[in-house]
Amino acid sequence: MKFKNLKAWLYLLPAVLFLGVFMLYPLVDVIIYSFEEGYNSASQTYFGVGGYNYQYVLNDPYFLQALKNTFILVLITVPLSTALSLVISVALSSIKRLRSWFQTLYFLPYVTNTLAVGLVFMILFDQRSQDSIGLINTLLSYVGVDPIDFINGPYWAKMLVLSLYTVWIVMPFKILILTSSLASVDEIYYNAAKVDGTPRWRVFTKITLPMISPTLFYLIITGFIGAFKAYSDAVALFGTNLNANEMNTIVGYIYDMLYGDSGGFPSYASAAAVILFIVVLTITVINLLVSKKNVHY
Amino acid sequence: MDYEKIKKASARRDIALKTVIYIFLAIWALIVLFPFYWMLLTSVKSYGSYDSDWMSVIPSSPTLENYKTAFSAVPLGGYFANTLIFTLATTAIMLFVTVLAAYAFARLEFKGKDLVFTLFLALMMIPTELVVITNYVTVTELDLRNTFAGLILPSVTSVFYIYLLKENFAQVPDELYYAAKVDGTSDIKYLFKVMMPICKPTIVTITILKVIECWNSYVWPRLVTDDRAYFLVSNGIQEIRESGFGRENVPAMMAAVVVISVPLIVLFLIFRNKIMEGVSRGGIKG
Repeated sequence: MKFKNLKAWLYLLPAVLFLGVFMLYPLVDVIIYSFEEGYNSASQTYFGVGGYNYQYVLNDPYFLQALKNTFILVLITVPLSTALSLVISVALSSIKRLRSWFQTLYFLPYVTNTLAVGLVFMILFDQRSQDSIGLINTLLSYVGVDPIDFINGPYWAKMLVLSLYTVWIVMPFKILILTSSLASVDEIYYNAAKVDGTPRWRVFTKITLPMISPTLFYLIITGFIGAFKAYSDAVALFGTNLNANEMNTIVGYIYDMLYGDSGGFPSYASAAAVILFIVVLTITVINLLVSKKNVHY
Repeated sequence: MDYEKIKKASARRDIALKTVIYIFLAIWALIVLFPFYWMLLTSVKSYGSYDSDWMSVIPSSPTLENYKTAFSAVPLGGYFANTLIFTLATTAIMLFVTVLAAYAFARLEFKGKDLVFTLFLALMMIPTELVVITNYVTVTELDLRNTFAGLILPSVTSVFYIYLLKENFAQVPDELYYAAKVDGTSDIKYLFKVMMPICKPTIVTITILKVIECWNSYVWPRLVTDDRAYFLVSNGIQEIRESGFGRENVPAMMAAVVVISVPLIVLFLIFRNKIMEGVSRGGIKG
């Protein structure tokens, strides 16, 4: 028996080592970091223990800006992408010809490099130079809209581009999950509805939606979590100096505190990371509570 | 109204609805495809005539010059090689770690197994953002910045893949194991000769998902590398945008974007069913 124990642990050893060093230890450490005041990484000393780091972060205008940006981004992109992917998935499920073609095509953004394709979006929305405009602006000018600087211009324009790009990026995952969920609804319910002559809309709201509601809530929860961690999409569009662009996100703030021109403050970064974790956890719990009431089985 | 008329009217309505659905799906397909089309198109437009040619839908004089520029103006080939090394090494180590751990959980008996497994599952909920700070400090203190070890080691762990493979391993009938034991087969041989071939689809799936994840990783490489000799493609493209030829020479930048995107798109087209199945079983982006 002893030998058996030893052998099993030998199999587990690599995983335990990796997880211990790069996940478990950092998890404990980051919480300790976040309470150590005035930590100096050169001498590895700190003044005391307390909530100063949290106080600093919560009063930092850059953090408040990042918090605001992240919340706006979440509130725009999660409902929009979920609704749109639901419509697309329902449409996809109702056709037979070309269906797998469309499915493959729609999945393409999932396998692309966020940074690389973000540059294409930037080019499309950018002003090419001082006096010439990019493709989107040219198209807008045909319908009589004055050029808008989407990349360096007004806040709402930048937020619009960021939201559009985020939606474009997250759609493949949602469409994939929803179409497979729609395909798993038992044909028998639809046949029963057909016999009764139920109108399409009623079939959708009374059969389809309740049957896929667990999947829908799963997507909303993962959508919230994903959107709260937005960062590289913003970098792709606006560059690494997100604070100056007033386009930073919470995750971006954490990295900026850690590294780069404004970096070198692991304590502040830790406090911000813990705050992010608490926000995400809270939202997830609320989501779960709501879904308990509304998911039908 | 007679039956024939009702039937015809209903058929007409069906056709109308189908048409609307196809048009709608085609529009979304266009939105998805357009950025890819635009980057390909722009990448073959000549830099010299870009100012007059930038909006044309068919380039007047297609050229591959931009691809040359992309590779010569920045060490794009080097970024590529780095990404390849990083992706292959990380995926290989991940497979080794995952297969052994999944086997221990699925087949071996030991004290505290349930507790350890629960702990593993709990780790799945920990976001990377929370642990990246300490990892950054650890790697810096170990003097591993700008090394492949520093890039690879913290990127290996994937609790989710261990879980996925364990579930698959557990489905292999016990009888096979006992038969192998009677024949005197060792555990390690049983794992490699029986379990892994049976569970090959899952192993292929997690391999591909990890490759995608590695190829696109940006945040960790950016934190631990500031020497261009260790840049991955994501960091390379960001560098090109911010301090390279970037917004000056848009066609060359798009050429670089194409070069970076093509490997994964090809991989996807070859393994599309495996990838889509794998992702729908619980892949989470990023």
